[in-house]
Amino acid sequence: MKLRYGALSYLPDLTDDEIGAQVRYALAKGWPVSIEYTDDPHPRNIYWELWGLPMFDLDEPDGVLAEINACRSTFPQRYIRVLAYDASLGRQTTAMHFLVHRPTDEPGFQLIRTEGADRRQTYGVASYATGAPAGRRYGAS
Amino acid sequence: MARASDWSNGHNVTDSGSGSSNFGLDRPTSASSSAEPAEEEAEVLAEGAVLDLTADETRLKVEAALATLDNELIGLAPVKQRVREIAALLLVDRARQQFGLTSSRPTLHMSFTGGPGTGKTTVALRMAEILHVMGYIRTAKVHTVTRDDLVGQFIGHTAPKTKEAIARAAGGILFIDEAYYLFRPENERDYGQEVIEILLQEMENERASMVVIFAGYPDRMDTFFSANPGLSSRVPHHIAFDDYSHDELSHIAELMVAGENFRFDDEGRDAFDEYLALRMELPRFSNARSVRNAVERCRLRQARRLVELRRPLDKSDLITLTATDVRGSSLFDDAVPQPPEDSDGSRSDNGD
Repeated sequence: MKLRYGALSYLPDLTDDEIGAQVRYALAKGWPVSIEYTDDPHPRNIYWELWGLPMFDLDEPDGVLAEINACRSTFPQRYIRVLAYDASLGRQTTAMHFLVHRPTDEPGFQLIRTEGADRRQTYGVASYATGAPAGRRYGAS
Repeated sequence: MARASDWSNGHNVTDSGSGSSNFGLDRPTSASSSAEPAEEEAEVLAEGAVLDLTADETRLKVEAALATLDNELIGLAPVKQRVREIAALLLVDRARQQFGLTSSRPTLHMSFTGGPGTGKTTVALRMAEILHVMGYIRTAKVHTVTRDDLVGQFIGHTAPKTKEAIARAAGGILFIDEAYYLFRPENERDYGQEVIEILLQEMENERASMVVIFAGYPDRMDTFFSANPGLSSRVPHHIAFDDYSHDELSHIAELMVAGENFRFDDEGRDAFDEYLALRMELPRFSNARSVRNAVERCRLRQARRLVELRRPLDKSDLITLTATDVRGSSLFDDAVPQPPEDSDGSRSDNGD
């Protein structure tokens, strides 16, 4: 099951050139760009690991792409996303984020039904991949 | 403008509605100005077709950039010659592409060697403009770095620092000033070598549209390149900047003064010529930069003179630099040239 997460996620996976164009857009807006990775694809998991430091003062996306590729080669079996942070007063939040890399095999999510008092039922999702401890999910890495 | 277009696809998403297979996303081939046909898609010219280079509109822009180079910089004939050759090379390369003749992208990494104040940085700025117009680099930006910006202070600090500098220069020119400081043979643990290795790797990279310019004083750059044969062989263009002659320097002074809305009167001009002759004899003379400093000090003395006049001033008072302003220099105090510490061409002239 292909994880749909972040902006542009219903498009086919972005090529490097397309990623470059998105990053260029963010840089032109003055948003520093950072790269994060995780092996916990739960939609409510917002705290991913930061790859290096956020990249400030760039004009061209080449440096970001180089870091994305470095992250991909280090973690070929993780999700990797690119974030752009808008620091302007009144916004001060993530302005956009999108996936740039995903594991080769994505097992998908299990729907978990929990029965409470009075047969009240609550629902949850859990990725099949998260059965293994962090760092040992999605095969090799 | 094939290179310039690579990343510009986000802006004109609607232009290429034809590519419905890719969700209407513009493919990276379309040029930044949508009127221009994409180079990759442009049809290959027929075998017998003739291409008129004089009608090429890029050529006109390049000509304009070259003209500014000519007007702004006095002398430097070999440098201008070389810049023209590079521009011509890129122009012909584009023409070849239009005929479908593929060839590898020319390497344009350069080394600028010349004494202080001979215009290396200025030429680098113009070069960025020309390369940008020719579509060789994506922005006409020059990122100037020195050893401090590249070399780290501890193990593992150098690579990220260098990569950061490269990332900032991406798509433009990385201008490494006083590049020979990167190589310190006396200290074998120096991290400068690591910088050179990373740079080499980046310079080899075909996809990176970055041009690296190494700049420095001729003698030390020679040692630098001879100690790093790998580097030397990857820098095809060695451009030497000669020191200016006396006539060129006085012409430069003339331009500088005019640029600041001043002018020399006749005696002032003669005095300045004399000053230049004296100053050129002194050690640590740095060409156009010394001229600029001398002009600045003339302005200083002019201001003092005008204030001490204690009478209403008219416009010509304010713009004229007289012989007194020039001859106030301590260079004229005694005919014997003093060591620069005591002379007028003192501190500000030397270090900067």
